[in-house]
Amino acid sequence: MIEIYLSLLVKSIFVENMALAFFLGMCTFLAVSKQVETATGLGIAVIAVQTITVPVNNLIYQHVLKDGALAWAGLSDVDLTFLGLVTYIGIIAAIVQVLEMGLDRFVPKLYNALGIFLPLITVNCAILGGTLFMVQRDYTFGESVVYGFGSGAGWALAIIAMAGIREKMKYADVPKGLDNLGIVFVIAGIMAISFMLFSGIQL
Amino acid sequence: MASSTAKIFTDPIFRNNPIAVQVLGICSSLAVTSNLKTTMVMALAVVVVLGLSNFSLSIIRNYIPSSIRIIVEMTIIASLVIIADQFIKAYFFEISKQLSVFVGLIITNCILMGRAEAFAIKNPPFQSLLDGLGNGAGYGLVLIVVGTIRELVGAGKLLGIQVLPLATDGGWYTPNGLFLLAPSAFFLIGLIIWGVQLIIAKGVKA
Repeated sequence: MIEIYLSLLVKSIFVENMALAFFLGMCTFLAVSKQVETATGLGIAVIAVQTITVPVNNLIYQHVLKDGALAWAGLSDVDLTFLGLVTYIGIIAAIVQVLEMGLDRFVPKLYNALGIFLPLITVNCAILGGTLFMVQRDYTFGESVVYGFGSGAGWALAIIAMAGIREKMKYADVPKGLDNLGIVFVIAGIMAISFMLFSGIQL
Repeated sequence: MASSTAKIFTDPIFRNNPIAVQVLGICSSLAVTSNLKTTMVMALAVVVVLGLSNFSLSIIRNYIPSSIRIIVEMTIIASLVIIADQFIKAYFFEISKQLSVFVGLIITNCILMGRAEAFAIKNPPFQSLLDGLGNGAGYGLVLIVVGTIRELVGAGKLLGIQVLPLATDGGWYTPNGLFLLAPSAFFLIGLIIWGVQLIIAKGVKA
């Protein structure tokens, strides 16, 4: 049993890295990766939100939206899967909002550190993407917790690594026109190649 | 007036392209460009959703309190994406399997929120529709360029038809498998941005 979760964890962090294998969360990945410090803050926020939203959406999916899931309410032939997208995005937005208020109230230090990043996360495709992959693969609740954490951690890893490289890039002499975002794409491409090394690993 | 209306439509296609210049909406798109067919379906879906979301938001723009506008925008976009998703599932089932979650991810595509916030919320419906279609087309254009290169170089095919005869079938072309994988899309977009930035820097000030 433990092996299944462990292999899912490794798979979601490295093999199916959200940022570098599925291109998810690219907008923030490119915009907020200039400094390691801010990248770390955003990375931690993504891990936290992802670990909460994926399991919550899993519960909603398994018990409300899935075909026949409303059997407990006497509506066994109701299929609400088509409401999925609007429900998930609503739940993500709500959780981010609640998390923001909770942090502000109880852990103001953390709130100040993460503050500006939390609203950004609602429109981060990695978060919605994690939920959609979870639905598509029909994960159980336990698996969804592991997957949520793993995919968030993978994304954080990628953005922190990228920020580290970009800090060093300041000293490099990049051709004109390529020096803004062009080079960032090329770096991301090279990073994606190196992450592909993990894809052959069988667990 | 006529020329400025036309500009709303043509500007985002070239000079102010959402991907190459504004660098928006890369998230949900690159993974679908490994072959041309899915790319075209995806591009079309974005054009339709973006045009309609801008249009419908613009109609009700004067009735939305600004404090809840983000939620209203999200709901409109999400509803339109659901329609697009259901439509693709009904009529192009094979392609919808390949696109998997990426149609749903149009919701979080930064272009949609970006255009809603920057344009549709303060402009009349017709202009907003044009702005949406123009930005969608500019996005689709880059996507199709990338999709064409990736499928042609990676598999020697276009739209699933063998264009370059493969060496394994007695032809001369040895496909470069890297172009079917994720990293190549990064390189191609990087190069496109490079080219566009150089052209812009050459003087055509927008």
